[in-house]
Amino acid sequence: MTALLEADDITKVFSSGVSRRAVTVALRDFSFRIDATRPSITGVVGESGSGKSTMARLLLGLETPTKGAVRFRGADLRHLSGGQRRDFRREVQAVFQDPFESFNSFYKVDHMLEVPIRKFKLARSAGEARQLILKTLKAVGLRAEETLGRFPHQLSGGQRQRVMVARALLLNPKLIVADEPVSMIDASLRATVLAALRNLRDEFGISLIYITHDLTTAFQICDDIIVLYRGYVAEAGDVTQVVKDPKHPYTQLLVSSIPRPDPDRQWAEEPQPSALAAQTRGDPGCLFMARCPHAFEPCVQSIPPLFRLSKRRAATCYLYQDQPTLALSEMDELLAGAAEEAPPQASVPVADAAR
Amino acid sequence: MTSLLEVKDLRVYYHTPGGTVKAVDDVTFDVQAGERFGLIGESGSGKSTIALAIMRLIRPPGRIESGEIWLDGENLLTLDEEEMRRRRLASVALVTQGAMNSLNPVIRIRQQYADGLNSHGVDVSADEARTRLADLLVRVGLKPEVADVYPHQLSGGMKQRVCMAFAMSLRPSLIIADEPTSALDVVVQRQVVQTLRQVQEDLNAAVILIGHDMGLMAQFAGRVGVMYAGKLVEEGPVRAIFRRPEHPYTRILMESLPSLDEKEVLAVVKGAPPSAQDRPAGCVFHPRCPFVMDICLREEPVFREVAPAQMAACHLHNDNIHKENLLHENAPKENVYNQVHNQDAAVSAPAREAKS
Repeated sequence: MTALLEADDITKVFSSGVSRRAVTVALRDFSFRIDATRPSITGVVGESGSGKSTMARLLLGLETPTKGAVRFRGADLRHLSGGQRRDFRREVQAVFQDPFESFNSFYKVDHMLEVPIRKFKLARSAGEARQLILKTLKAVGLRAEETLGRFPHQLSGGQRQRVMVARALLLNPKLIVADEPVSMIDASLRATVLAALRNLRDEFGISLIYITHDLTTAFQICDDIIVLYRGYVAEAGDVTQVVKDPKHPYTQLLVSSIPRPDPDRQWAEEPQPSALAAQTRGDPGCLFMARCPHAFEPCVQSIPPLFRLSKRRAATCYLYQDQPTLALSEMDELLAGAAEEAPPQASVPVADAAR
Repeated sequence: MTSLLEVKDLRVYYHTPGGTVKAVDDVTFDVQAGERFGLIGESGSGKSTIALAIMRLIRPPGRIESGEIWLDGENLLTLDEEEMRRRRLASVALVTQGAMNSLNPVIRIRQQYADGLNSHGVDVSADEARTRLADLLVRVGLKPEVADVYPHQLSGGMKQRVCMAFAMSLRPSLIIADEPTSALDVVVQRQVVQTLRQVQEDLNAAVILIGHDMGLMAQFAGRVGVMYAGKLVEEGPVRAIFRRPEHPYTRILMESLPSLDEKEVLAVVKGAPPSAQDRPAGCVFHPRCPFVMDICLREEPVFREVAPAQMAACHLHNDNIHKENLLHENAPKENVYNQVHNQDAAVSAPAREAKS
């Protein structure tokens, strides 16, 4: 069956400098697919420079891959017909980090919500448009009287971000790509946005790609997680397995670096890179080797493939070279989406019939 | 025992065309020598304004309306500008979130360090300066060679550590770190905060860490204060505040922390912090408080000791309120305000069986 959105072995290289010779591989051999009939929340985590935002921009068609293709319902994003492009713009929505920047501060919030209704002819009358807006605001936990008729600066960050989610929801999308949607929002308001996002899957069957540097919120709302390091998948699979028992040394470093809100659980010391790692810096081996406390001979030779550690998890690390390998293009086998609640073979026909 | 820093009844207002903003409103706290104090608050709570007030860097339309700031037995607010300039860096140093951007990208670290010494009239030989800077850089976990590079060659975390090295260069008795890591990744954050802790222990300086990340506070601070809408609403030892917060706002902050241990229903807090111009009457937190009572709408609660060494400003701690009733379930049923504003509040009354 054709995926809603599919990244097929994409690589994105940015070149800079006078002769365009300074090359940065922002994303490397990345494959991923979202199946519209199995709504799921996938977290993509990594530090700055890990390629997570590049991945989001590629999936949204804001960048074109250097190698490989992103396909929407089987059609390459670069060659969509007018009708396909229109469908793509409606079914795949984005929510970005800074809810200030997405607003034109001279327009009231209403404008933000009316434009897509007009552009996509979602309502036949002003009254119907109004009803749609009210319904959508309610779905993200906002009250019309607290939001409509106001200017963006009169809303809190959490409210603004939920208006953005509402705007996306208006179009009845199949997938929302959210890039750091809560990182600029205060702690006491963050939960409201996260709850609104999670509600999208539970109530509307919308899939979400949640891009963040914050493992804790990813753990809270995601089904699956993909950990990126310098543009390459470090570890992927079921979010609980990955966060509770990280296998890749980079994921282990990430998890151990999180400051726990408990004075009695002190930070562990950062592990020292192995002696081998320090000597062989710059060699074409594993991308994490220079920082890795476990680096050994195979790591120097080549970038490790995905080793499958269980049904729902794999890591690109030679510590697990005894395990069977999994092609990067088959990574989505690990990401069962909402499979825990309903086995995939059962959920496909049911969801199809509902549409 | 006298404290290193005593902030008394501090009020800092911003006089804007849209009205007076009470950024810091009647805040009192102290910090002991060599202590790690955390100041927690969301954006707009006034925590950064306190840092600027201690540095005497409040600029118009902002003004320190009243209060005293005693550092080492001197009221900073009565010093003239030149005396205050000499105290900055020498007695009290500030490292902000954007501190790394305050380094001049095209001047070598070594030169910027020398400029700092010069402007404070510290006259040392080039060799002496070289040795001192090398020592400082090693203390913040950098290589001495960093002295000879330009800031643009360093990563954000390294620049932030250079700023910490500068902050400790004149051995101040107080370092204020205002969100020093919020622009950094979690791995680098740990390095920077552990550096700060190392610096604090080496100098035996007091550090005020300002931020909103409860995890960082738990890891770093010995004592914390919680700001809300310009007020200090709670203060106490870090363990007490995390185990048994006595102010409802602190409690909600704790409950809304996402956990790495178990997936849970996220506690959703109704409402948003009040706008800066239009602070509610009575207790500033009452419009969002799940335990609001009639008195909270009328009277501002007094900041007082509610447990050993733990202070809070909340009417729930009035002697004539029956705590057991309030703290176990939601606020009194006859309270109309509560029914209107919190009818769909998802904040549950935390189990407080232990309390009684």
